[in-house]
Amino acid sequence: MTDPRRLVVVGASLAGLRAVEAARKTGFDGEIVLIGAEEHLPYDRPPLSKAFLGAADESGELAEVPFFRTEQTLRDELDVDVRLGTPATALDTVARRVTVGDDQIAYDALVIATGAHARLIPGAEGLDGVHPLRTLDDSLAVRDKLEAGARTVVIGAGFIGSEIASTARKRGLEATIIEALPTPLVRATGHEMGAAIAALHELNGATLRCGVGVSAIEGDGKVERVVLADGTTIEADLVVVGIGVIPSVGWLEGSGLTIDNGIVCDENLWTGVPGVYAAGDVANWLNPTLGERQRMENWTAAAEQGAAAARNALDPENARPYGTVPYFWSDWYDVRIQFVGSPEADEVRLVDGDPGGGDRWVALYRRGDRLIGALTVNGQAEIMKYRVQIMKGGSWDDALAFAEKRRIAHEEKLAAV
Amino acid sequence: MKCVTVDFDKCTGLGICESLAPDFFEVNDDGELIVLKEDISDADLQEVEEAVGGCPTEALKIVER
Ligand SMILES: Cc1cc2nc3c(=O)[nH]c(=O)nc-3n(C[C@H](O)[C@H](O)[C@H](O)COP(=O)(O)OP(=O)(O)OC[C@H]3O[C@@H](n4cnc5c(N)ncnc54)[C@H](O)[C@@H]3O)c2cc1C
Ligand code: SF4
Repeated sequence: MTDPRRLVVVGASLAGLRAVEAARKTGFDGEIVLIGAEEHLPYDRPPLSKAFLGAADESGELAEVPFFRTEQTLRDELDVDVRLGTPATALDTVARRVTVGDDQIAYDALVIATGAHARLIPGAEGLDGVHPLRTLDDSLAVRDKLEAGARTVVIGAGFIGSEIASTARKRGLEATIIEALPTPLVRATGHEMGAAIAALHELNGATLRCGVGVSAIEGDGKVERVVLADGTTIEADLVVVGIGVIPSVGWLEGSGLTIDNGIVCDENLWTGVPGVYAAGDVANWLNPTLGERQRMENWTAAAEQGAAAARNALDPENARPYGTVPYFWSDWYDVRIQFVGSPEADEVRLVDGDPGGGDRWVALYRRGDRLIGALTVNGQAEIMKYRVQIMKGGSWDDALAFAEKRRIAHEEKLAAV
Repeated sequence: MKCVTVDFDKCTGLGICESLAPDFFEVNDDGELIVLKEDISDADLQEVEEAVGGCPTEALKIVER
């Protein structure tokens, strides 16, 4: 094949932006078209459930919108044709064209980075004050309600829901979290740790109700209350729905790409269709580092995959696999939760601290005789040391021995002050 | 000589840099980033570039000194 002359990137968020930047960094000087459904320039999502929702600072200013780049940087420095506000609606992999509005945009190489969108509760859409939290517009709407002192109910005790409850509490507002499952965060961190982390809510004055579903969200024009399956009603001015996301693949129907929990790709992020790669929350790829198929929903993977997919799309002959030890963080109250690796483990062992009585602990995850994951709560100095070990395929015994050394060192340090 | 600088107003101590370039970065118990060495040899450059690219807050920069 001749050198690709036009790279098209669909999805103008983190993975899409990193794709564009990586393409230019490798010296690609052809055309780049970046297509985004939202009106906004690419912005950073993690702050949207954290600092962005916070109360005004001393000077009365609310947090600024976390845009990644200015329009000028994108157009002039990166020389990108940015098309915002209109989604791609179809992909023809034979003619190599993407449909956007009335336009057909031809590509030589294509990176799909359409991410994911929030799962909603059917029937509650019409009520004012009921919001998912995925986009900047969602976050602005939620912040308005928090500013107005809303009594907050969060449906879903995942990370994002928990961060919102935490922000509401920090503003001194009432916050209740409803979780249908008996234990929150099991998929992300396993049973033991899910329960331990969730206990932080009660410690910080939020109410957590697990194992009960929502039967109705009621109100006249605007939300007034949430009715639970056991008949309890909770008064609310703001209901944030945090029950997970769905990969944004609807527009790919009929494209011939394999879709199964996102776009199925190999370890090079290749979809199997010439020229077409995927990256970020929409990509279900084979992670060679852990030897398992994964669809990540985290910042680090989206950023790195965006760059890797673009490099591979532009130079398929020299494509390199993308492997990673997954990493995510979440900030609740004044606690930082960090997780590396995979929660699918044969054993979870607490190696430092005590979830029952403290606000700092470290847990390790074993699969076979290998270290496969680590969770820390306020263990910023610990977590990345385990990420390095998992990356190298380190053994469980070595990890335990290392953890014991660290634990003693930490104790001695505390004793010294 | 190339060296790495940190914008501490941006850094939130997430530690991704530490996992990618452990000889250069370490986060301490208080979640603060410690730069273990600043000067980057040619052999280390790729590793440090990955750390710079991996930082979610774009706090790291490689500069010529
Ligand atoms: C509130 C919130 C807090 C988070 N906190 C953390 C955290 O603390 N730590 C962490 O690791 N991760 C966090 N995440 C996850 C992280 O932000 C995501 O993993 C990351 O944004 C994924 O990037 P992406 O580019 O793959 O997809 P997305 O950010 O979902 O972007 C996809 C983009 O594609 C656009 N799009 C969709 N369909 C089309 C179409 N047909 N045509 C054109 N454009 C389209 C969408 O409008 C969107 O702008 C958080 C996410 C949210 C929402
Ligand atoms: S990755 Fe960035 S934010 Fe995180 S510790 Fe390193 S410099 Fe700071």
